[in-house]
Amino acid sequence: MKLKSILASAALAMTAATGTLAETTKVGFVYVGPVGDGGWTYEHDKGREAVVAAFGDKVETMYVESVPEGPDAERVMTDMALKGADLIFTTSFGYMDQTINVAAKFPNVKFEHATGYKQSDNVSIYSARFYEGRAVQGHIAGHMTKSNIVGYIGSFPIPEVIRGINAAYIHAKAVNPDVQFKIIWAYTWFDPTKEADAAKVLIEQGADVVLQHTDSTAPQAAAQAAGNVITFGQASDMAAYGPKPRVSSIIDNWGPYYIARTQAVMDGTWASTSTWDGIGAGMVGIGEITSAVPADVKASAEALRDSLADGSYHAFTGPLNKQDGSVWLKAGETAADYAGPEGLAEMGFYLEGIDSEVPN
Amino acid sequence: MDLSAISPTLLVASLMVAATPILLAAIGELVVEKSGVLNLGVEGMMITGAFSGFAAAVLTGSPMVGFLCAAIGGAALSVIFAILTQYFLSNQVATGLALTLFGLGLSAMLGQSYVGIKPPVSAKLDLPLISDIPVIGPILFSHDFTVYAALTLVTGVWFFLKYTRGGLILRAVGESHDAAHALGYKVVRVRILAIMFGGGCAGLGGAALSLVRVPQWTEGMTAGAGWIALAIVVFASWKPARVLLGAYLFGGVAVLQLNLQAAGVSIPVEYLSMSPYLITIIVLVVMSTNRAKSALNAPAALGRVFHASR
Repeated sequence: MKLKSILASAALAMTAATGTLAETTKVGFVYVGPVGDGGWTYEHDKGREAVVAAFGDKVETMYVESVPEGPDAERVMTDMALKGADLIFTTSFGYMDQTINVAAKFPNVKFEHATGYKQSDNVSIYSARFYEGRAVQGHIAGHMTKSNIVGYIGSFPIPEVIRGINAAYIHAKAVNPDVQFKIIWAYTWFDPTKEADAAKVLIEQGADVVLQHTDSTAPQAAAQAAGNVITFGQASDMAAYGPKPRVSSIIDNWGPYYIARTQAVMDGTWASTSTWDGIGAGMVGIGEITSAVPADVKASAEALRDSLADGSYHAFTGPLNKQDGSVWLKAGETAADYAGPEGLAEMGFYLEGIDSEVPN
Repeated sequence: MDLSAISPTLLVASLMVAATPILLAAIGELVVEKSGVLNLGVEGMMITGAFSGFAAAVLTGSPMVGFLCAAIGGAALSVIFAILTQYFLSNQVATGLALTLFGLGLSAMLGQSYVGIKPPVSAKLDLPLISDIPVIGPILFSHDFTVYAALTLVTGVWFFLKYTRGGLILRAVGESHDAAHALGYKVVRVRILAIMFGGGCAGLGGAALSLVRVPQWTEGMTAGAGWIALAIVVFASWKPARVLLGAYLFGGVAVLQLNLQAAGVSIPVEYLSMSPYLITIIVLVVMSTNRAKSALNAPAALGRVFHASR
């Protein structure tokens, strides 16, 4: 009797559970760093919170932090899919093949991979044109440097990072022909110890501007300790380090995209797409340019930002040569997004004037 | 390539800072091993110190309180190891490994809410005139407290082991615990004190990382520094002065690697990164070629269980 009633209530609970399941949409997020990194992952998590705020009870989100890029990511994604996720955002370049693999096993689950270039029937790709923000940073860096040495902390030598270096370099050089870039590869997205060491070394070698393409605020702290060095917030505003060393920032704004994609899943209209938006669409924001930057530089930087936003200027406009001196873009020509190794999406070469080599 | 951009003075100054965390942990572990105990939990005690020091500094606003709490945190964790190995006679290698895993997990759990917070700034020594002397000023007179604390500790340990009665007792316990016991020395008590000293030093090393070198808290931020400290003790063949040399060598390679990259040198950085480990292996091989040599260096009772009944 007792057992029967337990079984009955269990059965009831199960139907109730499946009932609610059908109504809520489950959205999973795979993060490469901790949500408290103050940079990349922090902004993705703000996007997740925007989804929760927009849909309330109709959506259930889950996330896993600090997932290494590699086989372990596949386990995390599989686990999310088995827990009933309808939509999974995998938010780092290094999850590309894992996303494609897991997506093949769960054809009914929708996947969204950030910053990659492999698409399939249930895998969309999305990225932001961070290089537009890098152009603005390069412009400010070229004006602000007194030693003419700009330090750059790279994460991994992948197209997204190389694009950023090139965009920053050509815009720094446009306003300061003597500028020189020193580049250190940290081979990590998030490791405050390595990032701090790299920033210190760049400063010791004369850099008075440090740009970072890694996600922690450690380089900002190193610049602050060193004194007369300026930095830019990466992925997030990092306003805690303003008005100096942090003089501006690139802010990733994923919220609207995440809300739109979740809505599409709810409506059953989700289709595999490729999205690459910049300042104009609001996916890339330029953080407030602080008082440490002279008014005329601030004005010209904002003019550059606005011309990138309305499309009247492309960050890669010819004439531009590759590092080896061969012509990449003729005068007036702008770079194509997808054109094999010549296009922006797969950019693997430095432009003329950068004197280090892209590591293999 | 532009090697002239690398300033030897700044290189030396920054390698001293980079080496301080591992130097602190290594000098502590040297004392532990000299007493005949092998504690492989250095990494776990370091990360515990890194967290407890960071949390205390953030909560009180004082880096000094942070360093104190880091030493207490590291020592507290080492007490677990001391009780297990000295009273319950557990296997030292297995217990030490467990301590590392426990410390990493515990600090990651407790540290969740401290990610991305700015700690209070630790003051640097800034003597008028003296800190501005070319070459010597940046190398000797412009560091933070931990660099000097580490150097003082190394000197202190060297003096203690070589010239004091306490040091002699500690070494006797490490060489032959049965003989030391027969002479009436409290083997277990000496070892527990040594283990706690080692834990405190490792904790300080962790705080040097989270409060000075980075300064930030992230889970797993020691990233193998504790293992490097263990390697340095062996590399140094249990001599304090060589621990200093070893730590600066390891720290120097880490800093030099980044300097070469920034200067545009295109040799693969992996070669430099692995060179200290290669040297450690070579030292181990050389030491083990000759039985007399290795017997001279390693404490004879290292890693052996002591029980008074025997």
